[in-house]
Amino acid sequence: MSEPAIRLTGLRKSFDAVEAVAGIDLDIADGEFFSMLGPSGSGKTTVLRMIAGFELPTAGTVTLAGRDVTRLAPFDRDVNTVFQDYALFPHMTVQQNVEYGLRVRKVARAERRERAAAALRTVRLEGYGERRPSALSGGQRQRVALARALVNRPAVLLLDEPFGALDLKLREEMQVELKAIQREVGITFVFVTHDQQEALTMSDRVAVFNQGRIEQVDTPAEVYERPGTPFVAGFVGTSNLFEGETAHAVLGREGVFSVRPEKIRLGGAPASAEEISAAGQVVEVIYAGAATRFVVDLDAGPRVVAMQQNHQTSPADVAALRGKPIRLTWRAEHVVAVPVSPR
Amino acid sequence: MTAPSTLDRLSSWLHRHSGVRLAGLLSAPLLWLFVAYLGSLAVLFVSALWTVNSFTGDLVREPTFANFRTILTEEVYRTVTLRSLGVAAAVTVIDVLIALPMAFFMAKVASPRGRRLLVIAILTPLWASYLVKAYAWRVMLANGGPVDWLFGGAGNGPGYGLTATVLVLSYLWLPYMILPIYAGLERLPDSLLEASADLGGRGGRTFRSVVLPMIVPSVIAGSIFTFSLSLGDYITVQIVGGKTQLIGNLVYANIGAANNLPFSAALATIPVLIMVIYLVAVRRSGALEEL
Repeated sequence: MSEPAIRLTGLRKSFDAVEAVAGIDLDIADGEFFSMLGPSGSGKTTVLRMIAGFELPTAGTVTLAGRDVTRLAPFDRDVNTVFQDYALFPHMTVQQNVEYGLRVRKVARAERRERAAAALRTVRLEGYGERRPSALSGGQRQRVALARALVNRPAVLLLDEPFGALDLKLREEMQVELKAIQREVGITFVFVTHDQQEALTMSDRVAVFNQGRIEQVDTPAEVYERPGTPFVAGFVGTSNLFEGETAHAVLGREGVFSVRPEKIRLGGAPASAEEISAAGQVVEVIYAGAATRFVVDLDAGPRVVAMQQNHQTSPADVAALRGKPIRLTWRAEHVVAVPVSPR
Repeated sequence: MTAPSTLDRLSSWLHRHSGVRLAGLLSAPLLWLFVAYLGSLAVLFVSALWTVNSFTGDLVREPTFANFRTILTEEVYRTVTLRSLGVAAAVTVIDVLIALPMAFFMAKVASPRGRRLLVIAILTPLWASYLVKAYAWRVMLANGGPVDWLFGGAGNGPGYGLTATVLVLSYLWLPYMILPIYAGLERLPDSLLEASADLGGRGGRTFRSVVLPMIVPSVIAGSIFTFSLSLGDYITVQIVGGKTQLIGNLVYANIGAANNLPFSAALATIPVLIMVIYLVAVRRSGALEEL
């Protein structure tokens, strides 16, 4: 395991005057489930397309398992892509779609059949081989696209927002399934998404993209619990950021700090060594099913969001807190210092 | 509130009487379809059954299949029909071969600006007179003209004749082939081409397995134009065809010089019949939705 599955060095891409990718250095290990997370226009899809070979980098190199493929065409790279719009061939049956890559590589007919059947079994679509893509639901098409890529046994599978067009319920099912498939086949997955929940749920590691650069690369837990930059703190989950005067007033420290809403609890004792406490006024109570969000204006200035699970409270109880003064408490260890310049 | 005007009352009356509304909307197009188009076709068929008194030149309005019998028995009409079919087929094939790469370049390679310019470049010749273009080719194909020069000297080019007819017709109808194929390719998502490349397909394989099957309806749609336009042409062949005769010539000659309108009508049913057969044959391909 000397060579990483994917190594990007100094990768840049400009479209006319716009720099979509502004210098990316990244190693992705063999067999890793790696997510690229970021808002739209952050360059994550462009990076994926450069790995696949659909875009040529303006500068930098793409190395797959030690082999420089920067200038190679997509058909000369050992990667396969699952497209955002699935890109199934509408004039072919599901079976023909899945067999396409094998047919192009002149795999014998019997083996083609067998491998396509196995791939369709992996995505739980046995018996759908004779249908046309137009006769399938969105989730089924998604699986066909996955099978069509997996059947080639690529070293790396690239997934470009594959669940973007699915409804929430189906998306959550597919997330669990995709993770299971990745464990089963054991190949490297690079997954592009703008959905932080999706990235946190499935990945071994996450790279957070912003304006063509990577802000942080870490495990989901680290990215969430210890955001490396103010952008990461704001983009991955909700954060209460304290900086400058307010950091001094509330926390008694200098710098930028983040506190997650679910770490803040309502009520509690005045400040102590382990606990920080601040008084304020509830301006909004937002009932969200399993939890309730409280928007509180602290007396010291900043507006913070606190989240509380609806264990015992009723919607009426929590709604009654609107406009009332309140005390918020959180443990000192949950105050995370956020480096201002990227790590 | 002011009292409703006559127009207001009319529109609410029409709203309640949907049958009248429908009749009002459809009467003009239906009139056009039945009287001007189907009506004239019917007259054509009926008059094809008449004959002309060869002494007086008067119409004899007695139905007989004499005209059709002549067409079917005399060798020359079969030859001309086959020649016309051959010309139409050759023009269609040539146009497909030229239009495919051009339309592909326009739809998938050119920048948006270049694409607009190319569409204009293809549409503008359609606004120029057909006759002017045909005569321009007559000059080009003349003995010692530019085409001869291209082939290395006077007399080396195709000159006037069947080849020249196919060449000029291909030129004239090319836009009618490019535009439907271009439209078909524009609807073809880029991601399908990328998916094919991603799965290992090189250019040729992608073209054969993905692009071509998906634009077959567009190609057929274009071929309906090029085929039927070639089949009915009689001007180009007169200008650059030399002694070549096509169905169109014969129809025209029988209207003019021979003054035998019924026989022209009978001849004119041949291309109509061929096109009906062609349309029925391609109906199932989905090409008719592309028009």
